Amino acid sequence: MHIAIRFLKRSVAAGVLASLAALPARADWSLVNMPRGVSDLSREIHSMHMIMLWICTVIAILTFGAMIVAMMRFRKSKGAVADQKLLHNARLEAAWTIVPVLILVGMAIPSVDKLIRIEDTSGSELTIKATGHQWYWQYEYLGTDVSFYSHLARASNFARQKRSGIDPASVDHYLLDVDKPLVIPTGVKVRLLLTANDVIHAWWVPDFGMKRDAIPGFINEIWVRVDPDKPGTYRGQCAELCGADHGFMPIVVIAKPRAEFDAWLEEQKAAATQIAATE
Amino acid sequence: MAHASHHDDHAHHGPPKGIVRWLTTTNHKDIGTMYLVFSLAMFLLGGLFAFVVRAELFQPGLQLVNPEFFNQMTTMHALVMVFGAVMPATVGLANWMIPMQIGAADMALPRMNLFSFWLLFFAFTLLLATFFVPGGAPASGWTLYPPLVLQTGAAFPMAIFAIHLMGASSIMGAINVIVTIVNMRAPGMTLLKMPLFSWSWLITAYLLIAVMPVFAGGVTMLLTDYFFDTSFFNAAGGGDPVLFQHVFWFFGHPEVYIMILPSFGIVSEIIPTFSRKPIFGYEAMVYAIASIAFLSFIVWAHHMFTVGMPLSGQLFFTLSTMLIAVPTGVKIFNWTATLWRGSISFEPPMLFALAFLFLFTIGGLSGLMLAIVPADFQYHDTYFVVAHFHYVLVPGAVFGIMAAVYYWLPKWTGHMYDMRLGNWHFWLSAVFVNVLFFPQHFVGLAGMPRRIPDYATQFADWNMVSSIGAFGFGLSQLLFVWLIVKCARGGERATAGVWDWPHGLEWTVPSPAPYHTFEKAPEVH
Repeated sequence: MHIAIRFLKRSVAAGVLASLAALPARADWSLVNMPRGVSDLSREIHSMHMIMLWICTVIAILTFGAMIVAMMRFRKSKGAVADQKLLHNARLEAAWTIVPVLILVGMAIPSVDKLIRIEDTSGSELTIKATGHQWYWQYEYLGTDVSFYSHLARASNFARQKRSGIDPASVDHYLLDVDKPLVIPTGVKVRLLLTANDVIHAWWVPDFGMKRDAIPGFINEIWVRVDPDKPGTYRGQCAELCGADHGFMPIVVIAKPRAEFDAWLEEQKAAATQIAATE
Repeated sequence: MAHASHHDDHAHHGPPKGIVRWLTTTNHKDIGTMYLVFSLAMFLLGGLFAFVVRAELFQPGLQLVNPEFFNQMTTMHALVMVFGAVMPATVGLANWMIPMQIGAADMALPRMNLFSFWLLFFAFTLLLATFFVPGGAPASGWTLYPPLVLQTGAAFPMAIFAIHLMGASSIMGAINVIVTIVNMRAPGMTLLKMPLFSWSWLITAYLLIAVMPVFAGGVTMLLTDYFFDTSFFNAAGGGDPVLFQHVFWFFGHPEVYIMILPSFGIVSEIIPTFSRKPIFGYEAMVYAIASIAFLSFIVWAHHMFTVGMPLSGQLFFTLSTMLIAVPTGVKIFNWTATLWRGSISFEPPMLFALAFLFLFTIGGLSGLMLAIVPADFQYHDTYFVVAHFHYVLVPGAVFGIMAAVYYWLPKWTGHMYDMRLGNWHFWLSAVFVNVLFFPQHFVGLAGMPRRIPDYATQFADWNMVSSIGAFGFGLSQLLFVWLIVKCARGGERATAGVWDWPHGLEWTVPSPAPYHTFEKAPEVH
């Protein structure tokens, strides 16, 4: 038995050392929290998340504190004698029933007005329909002929094959890159209509703070307004298990200033007309 | 567990010898043992599936398995752990302990009891056989969402039939528990004197009877959609894929309480024993379990906030979900108050119960965050959710079950187990379970979806930590198996009371418990 225990102790120590040595040099340890995002809604959701996180942390510190104090003070090894009369305390029990109710209601109330705004898709200036397929996205700019597919980028697709021999770290935006990204204007309320062609998918870009299912036969709506001063490329993924390549249908959105976006859309329209003419 | 040889010496009426005993027994203790051994085997098998998942996720890129097989692993890991490991373990504990806690000679319906076990056995034979049919095992996640689940190959009808069998087995088990508790309590054992483990199971049994038929109905509709061209879940035929999600989670949410309530009961037995004072607020504990059970029926849609629900629906399910925190909080505070002014010692059952107290609370708090709907739009279907439900299920439900094994094993086998080994098992499990699941909060918040076989490189560091935790946790469980086998084979003789401050009828009978106990009902004052 003693030998076994000693062996155990040694193997645990060896395991800890080996795993420390095996850690990769990449420094993404800081990636531990929700992004603040690039829209009013995403920032509000982020601040809501942070408030709840702090409330939960305080609750945890208080309850764990009480448990730890009890475990330290009332140990049998320190000669503690059990007080077998301590069976009820009506006041205390009422308090720890009512106080949580108040805290919970306090936590829930701020979500009401945010939800109302999230669900209000009126007043949008541009509507794009996104259709989930196994396993890629299709985007249609409603009111125009512009429509295209958006697949996992080739470099990622090569690297992600089983035992491809390609180091994922050598691929730009591994698994988060597509051949043709969605393009939207900044500073404009863009409405997205979500649906799917085969199974349920979900459209999610963390920086927009929003995720919604794309369901075959139904249309879901969300909207996003990227800050006017934050043009850029934003990346996300399908978030509902949709079959073998669920992990390989990313979403990439390029947000461009209004003028640049308009120029891009005109270009796409011209290309679409040309394709229609040759057909 | 495997203590056949010891039973025989002590039995009043010896059971048949050898394999015949296990095939024909109607004894609640034997059936309990079979459930527990089955559950342990499934726990190891489900763990093996998780091992494959974490090995593939050890670093970015696909090294070991194809995405399709990865999905089979996540799906079967969940089905095996939920229906094969956690639920049968609690049924095994119910079989062993409820008659002994309430002073009954056996379960009320012994033949049905055996029938439930063998149904479960064949259900799992069928489910596991799907690995060997064309198309492989189900890969649509244990949630079985259509239309994806309708793309399953030959495994589809097998999995559905297996679920039907498991459901029938659970319903019969639940009927047995209810009939036993309602009719067979010893004189003087009023409902509000009943030990909390039996109480938690009585309520669990009602939950099972209420929701298993709903689930059976849901999967039957899948079956007819698949084979007979009905359109329950097909929009093109006038159906709705989201309808299945409502049906599934109407079952699925109470199901998570079916898994956790027995552990609540177990912890409520263990904390008083090792604090050497009675539970604080006994009646409040009973009412809290009942309230949680009731609320579990009206919160299901919090699993589906992203399907596009009406505003009022989202608000209702946010509020009802947060309400569950109130009775759950009452339980946590009452357990803490039980520790207060106690005389606490730290034997393995108590260590697991205390770890439950801390780590289940972490899972509860992340659950509170998930309940708030605008934030849930970010959390939904990410690793944050995976971290949350593993915290309530592994250091929650599973630690509760392990605590129960450490608590009652001497009563079952008649031997004390190796305390040092038990302490090792505890500390390794408690450390590694956090290394395994805590980083999953981080990658989830940072944007990693769940159920993906490969991930973007920025998630690599914490995934590697999580995988190391998984390997450590998995290997630590071999100590548990070793400890149980050792204890079944021999060891220091256990007294009737086993622990310093035993309370309850099960501690009045000798250890190991004779083959037949309480043939004459005890008087309870």
